[in-house]
Amino acid sequence: MSSQVIFGQLVVGLINGSFYALLSLGFAIIVGLLGIINVAQGTFYMLGAFGSWMLLNYLGIGYWPALILSPLGAAIIGMALEKTLISRVYHLDHIYGLLLTYGLMMFIMGAFIWIYATAGRPYPVPEELRGGFNLGFMFLPKYRAWVVLMALIFCFGTWYAIEKTSIGRTLRAATENPKLTRAFGINVPALLTFGFGVGVALAGFAGVMAAPIYSVSPLMGGDLVIVIFAVVVVGGMGSILGAIVTAFSLGLLEGLAKVVYPQGSNMVIFVIMLIVLLVKPAGLFGHQR
Amino acid sequence: MADALSLAIRDLHAFYGDSHILHGVTLDVPAGECITIIGRNGAGKTTTMRSIMGLVDQRRGAIEIAGQNVIDAMPEKIARLGVAYVPEERGIYATLDVTENLLLPRKINDRGMSIEDIYKLFPNLKERRRSQGTRLSGGEQQMLAIGRVLRTGASLFLLDEPTEGLAPVIVQQIGKAIEMMKSQGHTIVLVEQNFRFATKIADRHYVMERGRIIDMIPRAEVAGRAGQIQQYLGI
Repeated sequence: MSSQVIFGQLVVGLINGSFYALLSLGFAIIVGLLGIINVAQGTFYMLGAFGSWMLLNYLGIGYWPALILSPLGAAIIGMALEKTLISRVYHLDHIYGLLLTYGLMMFIMGAFIWIYATAGRPYPVPEELRGGFNLGFMFLPKYRAWVVLMALIFCFGTWYAIEKTSIGRTLRAATENPKLTRAFGINVPALLTFGFGVGVALAGFAGVMAAPIYSVSPLMGGDLVIVIFAVVVVGGMGSILGAIVTAFSLGLLEGLAKVVYPQGSNMVIFVIMLIVLLVKPAGLFGHQR
Repeated sequence: MADALSLAIRDLHAFYGDSHILHGVTLDVPAGECITIIGRNGAGKTTTMRSIMGLVDQRRGAIEIAGQNVIDAMPEKIARLGVAYVPEERGIYATLDVTENLLLPRKINDRGMSIEDIYKLFPNLKERRRSQGTRLSGGEQQMLAIGRVLRTGASLFLLDEPTEGLAPVIVQQIGKAIEMMKSQGHTIVLVEQNFRFATKIADRHYVMERGRIIDMIPRAEVAGRAGQIQQYLGI
């Protein structure tokens, strides 16, 4: 087997890992802060991608503004849903949050299928990022390098914001003890809305990044949720660092599996999840409660 | 001198689910006074504190802070009026280090202490400022819980059993901090099992039993009514 094939699959793994990371990061923030298992995370990814497609085709707004506008739009929709619907199930068992977001996913996805049907729509790679680098042992498309770079920057940035800034400090406190945190003058309900917005914006951002690689379709992101869930379980529920490290590792392992044993590549993530759950039920970076 | 806040509670009822915990609590704390709430375990002292802070979901009656009724207010709004809460369980955050714990409460005004002054008051905290909050000893956690509310500029302090389970030398340090709050003219509501500690600091003592205030003992009467107090506390 040639090294080209291996490197090629590793790059694919890295790209997949980048999307897993951006989506799991948002998922981990939401589950940690709000206790909501947001099944609709993949839907916001789809909304991000569709947002950039709509901006381009209806308004002629290109990739670069879309990179900001589309996640912002997804975040506004997400925050409105949090305020009106999701915040009503916080005091209930986790299963209600899961069912509610599942319903939201079915509703939004259904509406998009109704209007746009399921066929994929192409989205052009922005001019500045066409072409690629010849690394000698392989050809690396510029856009793919850009995706990995941006995912790394956003992952590090989010981790930094949560661990080292005052807003992160407040978010951590509200995650750990929401009631007491309010007694310190902090408007926790507003903070939860904001946290949900950030988590959703990360998914929307991933969607815009994905649009030129995968075609834009109402179905995109639907199956990603299962993988994200596995990533977050392996990394440890609510652990930001765990989600990032696990997402990239699992993406790479999945890529390698495609070289070694292609038939099993779709399974590898879930086999690892099974092993981790048996050996360390709280996840690799999680703390036993 | 701080603009201390007065506290008046009228016929306060509080519930946890189906259990009716407070049955009409009425008490008055003029601005700048230090009172204690004493009584046996389960009398409703902590529930009274949590109700003032807005942390009990079901409550009825009136709680007036500087004349403003906050019975329906959210905890963050009550805190922003200048009320500071040191909970019985201390409420130190495990995911925040000592400095982050100190910096967490939102500042209300500029009259609070600086981080440096808080470290001067509790030098142990300075040594451990990078430690995870819950890695501290019980005494250090209590210092942190008190130090944390000194920075915000609050002027009504609710202290729930600040000396519980602490060594005498640490109780002294906590006592010094409370004396300091008092000398600055702050209003203090103290729940305290250690009655000797309480008598040294407080102006008056409210006695609580089964969710009601059943007696009030001014400082001057403490010595003369020692037997009765012992009976109230079930010692």
